Amino acid sequence: MNKGRYGVHGGQYVPETLMNEILSLEGSYERLRKDPGFTAELDALLREYAGRPSLLYYAKNMTEDLGGARIYLKREDLNHTGSHKINNVLGQALLAKRMGKSRLIAETGAGQHGVATATAAALMGLECDIFMGRHDMERQSLNVYRMRLLGAEVHCVDSGTMTLKDAVNEAMKEWTRRVDDTLYVFGSVMGPHPFPMIVRDFQRVIGKEVRQQIMEKEGRLPDVLVACVGGGSNAIGLFYDFLGDDVRLLACEAAGRGVDTRETAATIATGSPGIFHGMRSYFCQDESGQISPVYSISAGLDYPGIGPEHAYLHDIGRAEYIPVTDGQAVAAFEYLARKEGIICAVESAHAIACAMDLAPGMPKDSVMVVNLSGRGDKDVASIARYRGEDVHE
Amino acid sequence: MYMSNIPRAFEDGKAFIAFLTGGDPRPDCTERFVLDMAEAGADLIEIGIPFSDPIAEGPAIQAANMRALASGTTVDRLFDVVGSVRRSTDVPIVFMTYLNPVFRYGYERFFRRCRDSGVDGIIIPDLPFEEKREVSCVSGRYGVDLISMVAPTSGKRIASIAREAEGFLYVVSSMGVTGVRRDIGTGVEAMVRMAREVTDVPIAVGFGIGTPEQAREIGGLADGVIVGSAIVEILSEHGPDAGPVLRDYVRRMKDSLSR
Repeated sequence: MNKGRYGVHGGQYVPETLMNEILSLEGSYERLRKDPGFTAELDALLREYAGRPSLLYYAKNMTEDLGGARIYLKREDLNHTGSHKINNVLGQALLAKRMGKSRLIAETGAGQHGVATATAAALMGLECDIFMGRHDMERQSLNVYRMRLLGAEVHCVDSGTMTLKDAVNEAMKEWTRRVDDTLYVFGSVMGPHPFPMIVRDFQRVIGKEVRQQIMEKEGRLPDVLVACVGGGSNAIGLFYDFLGDDVRLLACEAAGRGVDTRETAATIATGSPGIFHGMRSYFCQDESGQISPVYSISAGLDYPGIGPEHAYLHDIGRAEYIPVTDGQAVAAFEYLARKEGIICAVESAHAIACAMDLAPGMPKDSVMVVNLSGRGDKDVASIARYRGEDVHE
Repeated sequence: MYMSNIPRAFEDGKAFIAFLTGGDPRPDCTERFVLDMAEAGADLIEIGIPFSDPIAEGPAIQAANMRALASGTTVDRLFDVVGSVRRSTDVPIVFMTYLNPVFRYGYERFFRRCRDSGVDGIIIPDLPFEEKREVSCVSGRYGVDLISMVAPTSGKRIASIAREAEGFLYVVSSMGVTGVRRDIGTGVEAMVRMAREVTDVPIAVGFGIGTPEQAREIGGLADGVIVGSAIVEILSEHGPDAGPVLRDYVRRMKDSLSR
């Protein structure tokens, strides 16, 4: 496969102003990934600061209630900052420091990646600017305040749909304004090469741990892995080390109000091939290539594209991409809270919904691992509103 | 052997290259505006095909993209506009757009229509040197110049990019996105010099230029200057009646380059 390509997907479709920087990032990363000093420092941060390894929890009540596969939850929600995002951010922030950068910028949707980036910046003494759509700032106001507490400047994005896609646009523009001292910390396995590779590598820790933990607990590999997918970083992190195994891979897209409506963010189900945000992949767009406004109750999955490696895994049929509606996700969110006493992120609830559908039809001795990518504190108010209760944060 | 129409733009002294967003504020305004600018002395016209997410544009052109899309502008409509313009003028015309609208239209079909309607070249800011082959192998067959850009961060890349430049070489004067600036980047002269060593194609400078004084200064360093945001701001202020102001502006800019 060509460098930075996943089948026909991927590539480096960015303005010339950024090309030298992206090439230099690629070079630095290739060098540092083999540098024992760098990997040791990152491992220590993941262990001592982020709290890794995260638990692989056997969800006994859920398993018994659904009556099929044995369900394990990979507890990325227990990481410092409350989601898998910290895995990638610590890696990239360390990379930025080694490259001599003094400033991080990032986009954020739900705010989890923004919080993680602001956290790493605070820890490592870097400046931090976060770009967030106005709509997302409204529905995730606690995370906005959190980022400010951490010393980051949060920039309100008023253009376009005022959500994640537009936050990426503005972060890319900001990077072309000031590239010398700045690293754009992409939050997902998207954007131009080398980002899909770098972010995947930093998220692989999820799958590596699952592999070891499930061998300890079950003495064998799981039958199914389930994760939610927006850009797709927690999903690829879980899947990657199992790509060569006989393990079914399920990725749950945000269908919003349904894939037969316009209010959806299910890229594989409703999108088509395109080239945007630095990469060739699938995108929600109209027939003339204008990127569509997308919708999901989950601000973190509310993105009109998907990472290029997922596009490839879809093309070759290695992973399955399943749309999950707002209604299904909210029901799963509530179900997990009552059954297991875990309030998960509404993003992760998309994966739980899929597990709830699938598990009852699986044999009792089969094993399913669901990635609980984040915790749900940030979503409580919006779930209440969905249920018609006027809860204010 | 095919000869591009674009060098003509640089035959009458320093070229004034005028950009507008196609379909801003309405598709039926664009033909008239293009002719206004050509008659007032613009040597080459760039027509922006609007895109929902123009990541290289500042607020002025981004807003113009939104106005054009809201008024129903499509790629087909802009091909028709160029076809009509061609009945009155042979001024060189290039499209400026992002890769996705071209990709969705289909490279083959897109560049065939460019040739048939009289579009001489195309500028695609999110198509860097490393990825350009997928487009250039089609655009080349239809005689449409794929115009390359170099930026203040390009460094040693300038030589490789300039060596393969077609039509003209677009020198991005400053960091960041499009938009009128008080100060133009200081590295323009060096970028032009590096490019000049390896290519004979004309070199034009864009990003940030708005006033006759800036045009004259930059014009002294290169073969042409490109102005977008300042024109788009005129269209934004005056709407469909922008014609006279637009003509006056273009005339002043071209004059400043001729003196």
